[in-house]
Amino acid sequence: MIPYQDLVTEVLKKARSKGATAGDVMLVEGDSFDAQVRLKSIDKLSNAHEKRLGLRLFFGNRSAVCSTSDFSAESIDRLVEDTCYLARCTAEDPHAGLPEPAALVLPDLDLYDDTLHEWKMEDKIDLAVQAESAALGYDARITNSEGAGLSHSSRRVVYANTHDVIGSFPVSYVSFSVSPVATVDGTMQRDYWYSAKRKIKELASPESVGRAAAQRTLRRLGARKIATDEIPVIFDPETAAELIGSLSACVSGYAVYKGASFLAGKLGQPVAASSVTVLDNGLIPSALGSRPFDGEGLPTRKTTVIKKGLLESYLLDSYSARKLGLQSTGNAARSVGDVPSVSHTNFYLVPGTNSPEEILRSVKRGLYVVEMIGFGVNHVTGDYSRGAVGLWIENGELTYPVEEITIAGNLKEIFMDIEMIGNDLELRGTIAAPTIKISKMTVAGH
Amino acid sequence: MAKELTKAEEFFLKKFHLNTSQLEQTIGKALGKQIDYADLYFEYRTNEAVSLEEGMVKKAAKSIGQGVGVRAVADEKTGYAYSDEITLKNLELAARTARYITTDRSVGKPVPVRSDVGLVGPDLYPIQTPVSQIPVQEKIDLLHQIDVLARRYDTRIKKVMASFASEHKAILVVTSEGRIVGDIQPLSRLNVTCIAEENGNRQVGSFGGGGRVDYSFFLEHRRFETYVKEAARQAVLNLSAVAAPAGMMDVVLGPGWPGILLHEAIGHGLEGDFNRKRTSAFTDLIGKQVASELCTIVDDGTIPGRRGSLNVDDEGTPTHRTVLIEKGMLKGYLQDRLNAKLLRMAPTGNGRRESFMHIPMPRMTNTFMLAGESLPEEIIRSVKNGLYAVSFGGGQVDITSGKFVFSASEAYRIEDGKVTVPVKGATLIGNGPDVLKRVTMVGNDLQLDAGVGTCGKDGQSVPVGVGLPTLRINGMTVGGTQG
Repeated sequence: MIPYQDLVTEVLKKARSKGATAGDVMLVEGDSFDAQVRLKSIDKLSNAHEKRLGLRLFFGNRSAVCSTSDFSAESIDRLVEDTCYLARCTAEDPHAGLPEPAALVLPDLDLYDDTLHEWKMEDKIDLAVQAESAALGYDARITNSEGAGLSHSSRRVVYANTHDVIGSFPVSYVSFSVSPVATVDGTMQRDYWYSAKRKIKELASPESVGRAAAQRTLRRLGARKIATDEIPVIFDPETAAELIGSLSACVSGYAVYKGASFLAGKLGQPVAASSVTVLDNGLIPSALGSRPFDGEGLPTRKTTVIKKGLLESYLLDSYSARKLGLQSTGNAARSVGDVPSVSHTNFYLVPGTNSPEEILRSVKRGLYVVEMIGFGVNHVTGDYSRGAVGLWIENGELTYPVEEITIAGNLKEIFMDIEMIGNDLELRGTIAAPTIKISKMTVAGH
Repeated sequence: MAKELTKAEEFFLKKFHLNTSQLEQTIGKALGKQIDYADLYFEYRTNEAVSLEEGMVKKAAKSIGQGVGVRAVADEKTGYAYSDEITLKNLELAARTARYITTDRSVGKPVPVRSDVGLVGPDLYPIQTPVSQIPVQEKIDLLHQIDVLARRYDTRIKKVMASFASEHKAILVVTSEGRIVGDIQPLSRLNVTCIAEENGNRQVGSFGGGGRVDYSFFLEHRRFETYVKEAARQAVLNLSAVAAPAGMMDVVLGPGWPGILLHEAIGHGLEGDFNRKRTSAFTDLIGKQVASELCTIVDDGTIPGRRGSLNVDDEGTPTHRTVLIEKGMLKGYLQDRLNAKLLRMAPTGNGRRESFMHIPMPRMTNTFMLAGESLPEEIIRSVKNGLYAVSFGGGQVDITSGKFVFSASEAYRIEDGKVTVPVKGATLIGNGPDVLKRVTMVGNDLQLDAGVGTCGKDGQSVPVGVGLPTLRINGMTVGGTQG
């Protein structure tokens, strides 16, 4: 029995009786927990239960979406009324509609931890305290802390549409992080490290996360500014993932059909160095970006986005696919109260053969980037300019830390200029990449 | 204001079949020997959005959200629980959960609460009709007009996207100090984005505005048309933009939205939580010179109708005008209740939260620099070789190291005191405690932004405003590609 089966079927039936020609319902219900400890004692605890139902209705080619967290009969009636009214106000859009009827497949992707509810409060707090303690005790220069956080959530997703498709799956998420502060000569630096997984037992040890957080923070102490120059730039796996994340936004079917992506009209063309292959795979067991079906009830799958430098596919839901004369790739994302959009599942750059050390050794003078800040990414033109923190490379070795600089280029050239790809891919989030080397970027300093 | 308060209180009690004595009991349950403060935060909000692209309003959405958050505070510890079902049972459950922060399980006595009639200032946003009650067809017609105007502006405008979003939010705060404070907070925003195209070169331009205003605000003096023209002008202008320079140079910021500099470089670092934890680059700098004497910066939540303004913050404290920096000297922090108490300072009405699902923390409202005496033309004329930046995208700051960035969406080179070619988006980077010491001229043309700012912190988004007069900063790193 699917939870809320009666409710969602009833909502769609009511909508039909009011003249809706088609529609779908997305319902999410879940619990979440958040704890923050700081200097070994509890700072914040937050606990919650929430639910929300979103209804999308079509009147021919007109459509609208409404949502509510109040499931009372009165509120549901009003939801149906409101959605019908709004849908009738919108324009006829020839591309609007549900995807073609398709049977819902439910591969077991192992996305849910059923032990989460038994996890004791004391143990959770203890994990966060241990992680923070490992950072605080690592080195005398670690003088303070923004704290350690632990969160977990579990959600059940229910989807139903007027093609008699109905399905549901549970997901869980658990993570913890540590943010130490280090001081030297009166100046402070902070960094952080984390572990995020579907299940408690997959988490990294609190000691290893605390230690990594401390090391990452310490290596930033005594940072300098460097001179403006054009130099080779190595991105560590975290910042390389951010760069690949910009690519993910630019292959979204919506950005493409709106002409709001520098990759619009580039299918089949070279868009990156020939060593670059990028995949989106929604079916990796227990991965953070996996889901059995997408926000329109279509099965998720593995899509090759870039193959040996050639743009093979965009990421599409059924609407953006129709706009572009293509097929959905099962990438519909759906926040309950909104129309579908597109998002990646597990989006990653396929690893190469070089070890990170080899990549480092290949650079005589250059920058190793460990953090980027700011929003200087223009998806329409590809122009890229971000604030950066890094380590200076001299004769293949990391030397002193560098800050208050920017790195800039254009994504078109940056992806073409990927000269080396590391063998160190790890799926730490929903977007991942190994270490990469860009042959040349503009670094601005003094 | 008094009327707003009564309206919110009556609304919640009636809608959720609650009475004052039940609220008093719930507060009692959240209290106990070791808990020194507790509060309830009720919220009911309606959001509506319509958007246009390809000449069609394809998208219309409406959502209703409601819930209550219960908070218990013991020294530095905060326990919080929330529920989207506002019932007595859930209130009690949440009150018990919030108390997990202490080991004490004794139940406190009900706390008598009464409406805080001390709050009798004028309502900062007395709107006639909630924007969500204006027929959606009127908003759709407006978006169509915008589409036509943008395309008429220049034949190179190929794509137009416009959206109108409104929110109507009622809140009620009940505290263990015995106060009940309510507010009704409207918020609307109109946005226009244009993409211009010429010989394969595609450029984007965006503009928007709004505030805690009536729908008529957007129609007065055809204000929407100024948004369209700005978005279209920027897109077309960027067609001829050249690569931005890279390296240190003198920077002139235009008035208004470039005030995002203050928000990133100064504002976040002056939030009470970071200073209480001593993790801000501004820790212990009160009374010290942190900016040139030309700089006086305030955070003011009391300006009528502004996007960042509030009658009361999300802890029920009336908002203030707080002087952060006076003639270059650091004067104060932005405080919520918890951090003010721990730092033995007064709350400043900056305790804000995204929704009932979030714990309040110190946040900015409208942050701006007061006008100086220089003429804007004179400021530009004074620069030999530099950058003139008039519009920005987003910004970000590392509170601890003080490094901040913000990205220009419209900027020009200054050569020999004259504004010359437009340059493509460049990121500016600087150091918060240092950048305002490099201010050498402040214009007499203070402007507040048009009302589009949203600030993110710790996963919580809240609407904010910024403002700035034309400003000259000597030596900032500009992150373009032309060395």
